[in-house]
Parts: sequence; structure tokens; C-alpha cells
Amino acid sequence: MSLLLDATPAVTPRPAQRRRRRSSIGRWAGYLLLAVASVAVLLPFYWMVVSSLKTNNEVFTLPVRWLPARPQWQHYLDIWTRSEMTTWLGNTVLLSVVVTLLQVFTGSFAAYGFAKIRFPGRDLLFLAYLGTLAVPWQSYMIPQFVLLSKLHLTDTRWSIIAIQAFGALGVFLMKQFYESVPDELIDAARIDGMSEFGIYRRIMLPLSTPALASLALITLVNTWNDFLGPLLYLRSSNLWTIQLGLRTFISQYNAEYALIMTGSVLSVLPIVVVFLLGQRYFVEGIATTGLKG
Amino acid sequence: MTVAGTSGVRRRSGRNTLLGWSFLLPNFLGFAVLTMVPVVLLFYYAFTTWDIFGGAEWTGLDNARQLVHDAGFWTAMRNTLYYTAFHIPLTLVVSLGLALLLNRRLRGVAFFRTVAFFPYIASIVAVAQVWNMLFSPGYGPIDAVLRAVGVDNPPGWTTSADWSMPAVILVGTWREMGYFMLIFLAGLQTVPGELYEAARVDGAGAWQRLRAVTLPGLRPTMFFVVVLLTVNSFKVLDLILVMTNGGPGQSTLVLAQYVYRKGFEENQFGYASAVSMVLFLLCFLVTVVQFVVNRRREA
Repeated sequence: MSLLLDATPAVTPRPAQRRRRRSSIGRWAGYLLLAVASVAVLLPFYWMVVSSLKTNNEVFTLPVRWLPARPQWQHYLDIWTRSEMTTWLGNTVLLSVVVTLLQVFTGSFAAYGFAKIRFPGRDLLFLAYLGTLAVPWQSYMIPQFVLLSKLHLTDTRWSIIAIQAFGALGVFLMKQFYESVPDELIDAARIDGMSEFGIYRRIMLPLSTPALASLALITLVNTWNDFLGPLLYLRSSNLWTIQLGLRTFISQYNAEYALIMTGSVLSVLPIVVVFLLGQRYFVEGIATTGLKG
Repeated sequence: MTVAGTSGVRRRSGRNTLLGWSFLLPNFLGFAVLTMVPVVLLFYYAFTTWDIFGGAEWTGLDNARQLVHDAGFWTAMRNTLYYTAFHIPLTLVVSLGLALLLNRRLRGVAFFRTVAFFPYIASIVAVAQVWNMLFSPGYGPIDAVLRAVGVDNPPGWTTSADWSMPAVILVGTWREMGYFMLIFLAGLQTVPGELYEAARVDGAGAWQRLRAVTLPGLRPTMFFVVVLLTVNSFKVLDLILVMTNGGPGQSTLVLAQYVYRKGFEENQFGYASAVSMVLFLLCFLVTVVQFVVNRRREA
């Protein structure tokens, strides 16, 4: 499972000669389907990038132009002066990093307690954590909002940090991993006189680097792309994230198709790069838990 | 472990409780205040009337009675079920199909597995905007292609009350298929290869192998995917907000958006909580029912 994206699929070689012809037909059908699917997945992204390089009139010319007549690179310069792109990206980076650090730290810490220390009430408590994974945030966003406004945290960055950083996801993902670490290893360390905190820091953390990377990446992507949280909580435009900023930009410049696509590319690009760099961990995290924030 | 007296055991368990909680505490504090308390409060607020000023006022079943006669609520419910009824089978078939295709020894498989994931990690505002432009009636590339292949009157998509929901479902499926493909791929790795060999020796064709080996082998994965897909469909909100904002008319108004409207646009926190509770119970019920059914089938 570890190399899900690059692994060669486990197909056993076929012994019978006579199947060869049929299998080569199947192979071509496979390629054909793959080609169709690739186009269906990638076309919107291609269209987004190409449109960002067109003039506004060119975006919707018929028949569809698949390449711009003359690439308009200046959109990628203009957008910084015509929108608050710098502020939005800065806010998004700040929030994503803080949320990720908190989630990774508190999540793995709690997961150690859940996975390796036996105490009364532990399993019941974990059930409560699990239960909230089946309950969508949309169903308790109202009381949560009321609570945070009573704490005077709405319209501050703290609200986003608070609602994103303590999810059950991190605990669940890390617990899955810690349970795969043999108890004997920990018992041995205990006998050697190492404290539980020492075991967590000096044994579990180094062992779980891949799992921590998975959690960090999933959290980072979720926070970067979160639209609803900022929509409810961030009123002041100097606090907006890229998602909120982009939406306002779209309604403000609704006829500037090319520039809107430029903004869209800029909102997607950083996360695609992060994903490509760490896709192995990202995929591993999702395959082992099948969960998202 | 050595034999210990009861007092020793108790002391150890007391020490462990303290230790355990010290590990849980940083996360638990946030989790309790920001998730558990709101969930409990939800069940209180749902029985209150509350506008933005003043506090919650207990009104018992008033909200429930109002819900029953609230046409907007029923429209939202119908639309949510509409979305669910098409989003689940469509995503299931597409993501399972992709997983089966990409579980084979084909050139470019690794590349495509990566690519299939892009829609899922791309920001919803950006992809919704791109799709809205692709869908635009008259000038949009999709209608242009449809006209080119002989469809005289292509649909108006997000601007038409009949086609807005199909458009949203299409984008929702496009967005989520890579994610579920991945879960299916992980599930496929657990189906033992010998079973396929045995089926082949018995002369089973590709279709029979799929029905007799692959699908039964994927049962636990399938269960998991269906639960997730159901909950995902019930809670769909951000996609709707940015693509259609519930319109045109009320053609794409869904439950989660109704909560948002009542709560954050009309400031009726009590009534919005009552709608939330319906959403909560629906998701909870679906998960429990599917869990029980799955248990029984396994037994």
C-alpha cells in the first residue's frame, strides 16, 4: 500500500498463449479509456491555464481556441496590483502552517495516549472522537459559531485556528500508526527507565515521520482549501484567505474572465506543487484512514 | 508481568490515568470545547427560538412544527436527496471503474493515478468558477461541443432550473472520483491474487471474475465508500454556494445551505439549529444503519 501511486499493479502473468490476442484488445481498450478519463479530468485545468493567458475576448470565442493567439503573461503581473493577492496568500500560508503544526503536535500526542497507555474510560472517549468523524461539521456549525462569538473570537485568525486544529482526524490517523508499533519496544524502553514523554519524543516521533508527514500534508491541503470556515468567521478583508479573496475578486471583476482564471491558477498552483512533492505521504494517509477533515 | 497486590494495581492505574490524560489534554481541550460542546448545544438550541439579540428561549416543539410546514425546508430536503441519489451511484461506478482500470499493468498508470487526484486537492472556488465558465450557455465550450455534434438546443446548465442540479452533480463527481478511486485501489490490494488464478483455471471470464472475486473482495471497502459518499452528499455546501448559490430559483438549495441561510443570513439560530439537527440525525442514522447491515452480512 505504501507506494500506491507508483507501484506496478499486482497482475499475475497469464500462462495461456491463446489469450494473448484477446488481452491485447483489452489493453487497447484500457488505453482508450485511460485517454478519455485523462482528458475529462485534466481539461478544466488546461482550460483554466490557457484562459489565463488569453485576452478577455478570446476566452469565449467560438469555435473554442485551445491555444491563445498571443500569450498574455502580463495577467500574472497585473493581478498583484489589482487585487489583494499578497495579503490573501500571506494569510492562507500563515493559517495553514499554524493549524498544521498544532494538529500534528496535539494529534500525535493524544494518539500516543490512546494507543499505548491503558486507563479507564479511554475506549469510550475514543468512541466519542470516532463518532464525530461521522457527523458533518455543517450540522454543528451554528452552535460552534455562537460559542466562538461569545468568546469574542469571530473575525480573528484564532477562530480558524480553533476550528481547524483540534479535529479528530489527526488523533485517528496517528493512533492507527502507533498501534502498528509493537508494544514490546515500548515495554523495553519502560523497563530501561525511560519516561512516557521520553518514549513519545525519542522513540515514537522518529518512528512515525511518514505518518506525521501524511497528517501534515492532509491538514495543510484542507486548511488551504477551506472555504466555509473563513466564510463564516472572517469578516475583515485584511484577514481573508485566498479562497474568500478569490470569490470576492470574481464577483468584483466578473467580466475579466482572463484575470479571474489567473487568480484561480494562483490559488491552485501552490497546493498542486505541495501535493506533487509529497504525494506519497498524502496518498498513504488517505489510503490508511480513508478520511478527510 | 509480575504479580502485584491490588493496591499496587490501583496505584498503577491511577498513575496511568494521569499519564493518559496528560497526553490527551492538549487535543482534548480543543476537541471538547469546539466539537463536543457544540454538538450538545445543538440539541438544546434546536428547541429554542433565538434571533441574534437576546438569548435562546425554550419553545419546545415549535421549531419541529414549523419545519413540517416549511416549504423551503422540504425543497432543500428533496434537492439533497436528488443530489444523493445521483451522486452516489455515479461516483461509485466511475471511481471503481478507474480503480479497476488503474490496477492493471498499463503504461502511464502511475501518472494517471496522480492526475486523477488533482480535482480533489484543487480549491473549490477555482474549480467551481472554471466549470461555471465551461458550462456557460451560448459561449461555453461544453455547449459549443454539444452543438458541434448536433445538439441543437444545448442545456443552459447552471442558469436553468432543470439542469443546474445535474451540473452540480457532475462537478461533485468529477471532484471526488479521484479520492474514492484511491480508496478502491487500496481495497483491491487486499484481494488475494490466488483467487483470480483459481477463477481463471475454472474458466471464468473477465465479467465473472469481477462478479465472483473482485466485488465480494471489495465488500468492506464498498461499505466504507458508501457511508462516506452518503455523508458527503448530505452535507454538500461549499460547491453549491460557489457554483449556484442555491439557484436558479431554489433548484439547487440543499439542506446544509438551508442551515446556512437560516442561521447566518437570517440570524435565526434556533430554527437553523432545528434544521441542523435533521441533518445531524440523517447522517447519524445512515451511518448506524449501514454499519448494522454490514455487520449482519458479515456474520
